[in-house]
Amino acid sequence: MTPSGAEYIRQIKSQIDEVDPAEVQDNLDNGVAIVDVRESEELSQGHLPGAKHVPRGYLESRIEGAAPDRSQRVVVYCASGQRSALAAKTLRDDLGYENVQSMTGGITLWKDRGYDVEVPRALSAEQRERYSRHMLMPEVGLEGQVKLLDAKVLLLGAGGLGAPAALYLAAAGVGTIGIVDDDEVDLSNLQRQVIHTTAGVGTPKVDSAQEAMNALNPDVNVVKHPVRLDASNIMEIIEGYDVIVDGADNFPTRYLLNDATVRLGIPVVSASILGFDGQLSVFKPFDGPCYRCLYPVPPPAELAPSCGANGVLGVLPGTMGLLQATEVIKLVVGTGEPLIGRLLLYEALGATFTELKVRRDPDCPVCSRPSEISDEEMGVFPDYEAFCAAAG
Amino acid sequence: MSVTVKIPTQLRSVAGGEAEVDVDGAGTVGEALERVFERHGELRDRMLEDGELRRFVNVYLDGEDVRFLDGLATPVPAGAELTILPAVAGG
Repeated sequence: MTPSGAEYIRQIKSQIDEVDPAEVQDNLDNGVAIVDVRESEELSQGHLPGAKHVPRGYLESRIEGAAPDRSQRVVVYCASGQRSALAAKTLRDDLGYENVQSMTGGITLWKDRGYDVEVPRALSAEQRERYSRHMLMPEVGLEGQVKLLDAKVLLLGAGGLGAPAALYLAAAGVGTIGIVDDDEVDLSNLQRQVIHTTAGVGTPKVDSAQEAMNALNPDVNVVKHPVRLDASNIMEIIEGYDVIVDGADNFPTRYLLNDATVRLGIPVVSASILGFDGQLSVFKPFDGPCYRCLYPVPPPAELAPSCGANGVLGVLPGTMGLLQATEVIKLVVGTGEPLIGRLLLYEALGATFTELKVRRDPDCPVCSRPSEISDEEMGVFPDYEAFCAAAG
Repeated sequence: MSVTVKIPTQLRSVAGGEAEVDVDGAGTVGEALERVFERHGELRDRMLEDGELRRFVNVYLDGEDVRFLDGLATPVPAGAELTILPAVAGG
């Protein structure tokens, strides 16, 4: 005779290892993977600190995102310890996890004992639907989406690189997106700057970009900076941003941004384009090289062609701007291998990607200074316009 | 076996429009570049100053910056790839 459901669960519990909440509490920081197997809507009342959420229905397909190593200790829990017992059996018998335990009494007993719970940031029903494809991926999930919603990203330029980056970062739900650009939309921009429209020709780029981003995603707070970055305003504008996307079209701004972001410790996702070629790298102060480690000085004006003078394939900034947006999301969410200390060279004509190593220069005048930058020096820059000799 | 020198967009106008130049008989980075300059003299001035690489031009040997190797004296193995990377500001 087949057993009742309750009897079946009793049998399973006798076959698996269980662990008391007190022991789990003692081992929260000891490299144990804590896995919550409840349904998504049950999490709103709180979960164990640091727990990864893998609903039991997705256990087999998603457990590796929460516990990639089958020999590591895994503690699973649910509301009362029944579903987690079943999950523990699956993990051990079918998926080969060697050290799995189900927490007795689930989160109900955990809370009764007065242990800490983390209450997740609640997303609205609309947000859950909008970002559902992110939430499905263990590398992003609710936690990563909340980080994106809390993130502040500054786009330097709403041009070729900034336009695609702005659209996709807005779509991804980056909560605050600043845009620095003092230009107006020109008809010749529209071959590549897809955030702007024919009807927007003649309007400020920051306004045109804001309209498109908010039409795509009203969650995004767009902060407009319709100015040209210079030594007098850069510190005030960039302070407080988590990541900066460098899509500037001139050398003076690129060097100025580098020096200011090294001083403030803000990572920069940098790209540049010309013709059919694009360059991409991430400059994270002190974790890797800065822009001056790569290019100690800018080229003289006659050797520094611009897109305005030499042309650029319209699709190229799309490719490079979206690689920038990808690096931004990786930095914010904290996943993957960011392009720090590496430069990716894309040659569209040959359809090749080349990866080059970029090392910190021990003699770099900006990021290898022996001492902390003093308050007096903060915001003080050499005369870049003269220094770069109209290179832009 | 030859060494391949990859020329970036903005230098192709002084390199006969070529994106890649294969050179033979080069033992060092400097010699490989010299073979290219023999064909495209104008490129020399763009890349070198007083016999040294200009500071705004980077040259990579199989992905590694030659400044962190032995500069122009770095030996190049047969089949190696040299990539010339100039600073670009376009956005």
